[in-house]
Amino acid sequence: MQIVETLGFGQTGWGGLLLMAALMTLCVTLTALLIGAVLGAVVAAAKLSQSRAIRTAGGVYTTIFRGVPELLIIYLVYFGGSSAVTMIGAYFGYDGFLGLPTFIAGALAVGLICGAYQAEVYRGAFLAIPRGELEAAEAIGMNRLLRFRRIIAPQVLRFALPGIGNVWQLSLKDSALVSVTGLADLMRTSQVAAGSTRQYFLFFIVGGCLYLVLTSMSDRLFASAERRASRSMPAGIGQI
Amino acid sequence: MAAATRLSVRNIHKSFGAHEVLRGISLDAHDGDVISLLGASGSGKSTFLRCINLLETADQGEIVVDGERIEMTVRNGRNMPVSRKQIDRIRAELGMVFQSFNLWSHMTILDNAIEGPVHVLKRPRAECIAEAEALLEKVGIAEKRHAYPAHLSGGQQQRAAIARALAMKPKVMLFDEPTSALDPELVGEVLRVMRSLAEEGMTMLVVTHEMSFARNVSNRVIFMRSGEIDSDGAPEELFGKGGSPAFRQFIGTFGS
Repeated sequence: MQIVETLGFGQTGWGGLLLMAALMTLCVTLTALLIGAVLGAVVAAAKLSQSRAIRTAGGVYTTIFRGVPELLIIYLVYFGGSSAVTMIGAYFGYDGFLGLPTFIAGALAVGLICGAYQAEVYRGAFLAIPRGELEAAEAIGMNRLLRFRRIIAPQVLRFALPGIGNVWQLSLKDSALVSVTGLADLMRTSQVAAGSTRQYFLFFIVGGCLYLVLTSMSDRLFASAERRASRSMPAGIGQI
Repeated sequence: MAAATRLSVRNIHKSFGAHEVLRGISLDAHDGDVISLLGASGSGKSTFLRCINLLETADQGEIVVDGERIEMTVRNGRNMPVSRKQIDRIRAELGMVFQSFNLWSHMTILDNAIEGPVHVLKRPRAECIAEAEALLEKVGIAEKRHAYPAHLSGGQQQRAAIARALAMKPKVMLFDEPTSALDPELVGEVLRVMRSLAEEGMTMLVVTHEMSFARNVSNRVIFMRSGEIDSDGAPEELFGKGGSPAFRQFIGTFGS
């Protein structure tokens, strides 16, 4: 009964806070995924560019954000961002430390990282489009924008879906590192609960289970999206 | 009265690196002409066809489609079209059929056929659907209109690709080895569609290895060799005894 009370939604229970924390983790990851999608698309386009300089710039981005530990990026964004905010504050006459909002810092940091991974996913997806289909689009008189909107984007999304599912899962776990900035996400809240009740085992297991719930739910979502997207594939391909 | 000139090509040259693929090809296609382009692989016939709708850019030469000249200019030492807009407009008037069909794999057959009219020509969707269904009926795959390309045989895909090109109401149809990727038993169904198009008076340029098509359907045969036109004439004349020794040797390899 003790456990029910500790994890429940009553006055002394941590249930409500844990659910809020899970929601926070979901929100941070979702925002990060969207930021990463925009960055990823731009970087993928850069890496596919005909200009050597732009290709190199895209390569540098993915090398940095895939090659440097996530935690370091988070510190860099949080403290770097905060000192920028503090400087702006000082300019307007406020002297004292101003922190970057932890949600924004976390979403941005995880977004920068998952953008690098998404860029590779989109690049691979673009290269998977049969060249002949792009030629057919040119031959029928489609301009660049129309080709992108009607032929390239839908197919990139279709081919990218499994890879994006993977990036989503990684980002969901990366978001746990954002807890170092004090954001009340699932990781941080589990830690706080564990510390204040001294029931470390219980809360870390509950936290782990909630992460598993999030990942397995999103797994299902991606699986059904993949099934939908692979309707046009020959039977057996893309349908596992 | 002479039929209107649908396509006029003058002195096309094209090199890939040091390799000169086309050495000055000229050709006029009048309304209703069905011209077969023959030649061994590597003779430049596909490259020539791809230069006409600028999938390849010729190094020099002039292309006039239905009276409109494609404006070219030299930039950074390379021949280039002046206006992408003009190219897109002219491409919409040239129907292209590829060896490997190249249907858009994420769209149903019907969606493939209305894509160009709806999004390039910006015509009303309902009208385009009605026309596309009629075209799919004509090429004999109406019952497959809601299927995806991957679920069709090669012959069906190629007929769908022809319907897609026809849906644009092109002035000239370009066929780039339309039956070369097909199993032998599927070649006939595609050739039948092409033949009926020819009989309706469509202006067609066909790169092919189908000697029966060249001989029986086209009204003009051009034999290309090392990037030049070797023989040019009516099929009865060339297949009779008018062709050059090289042409005779070429058709000899087909056992005809």
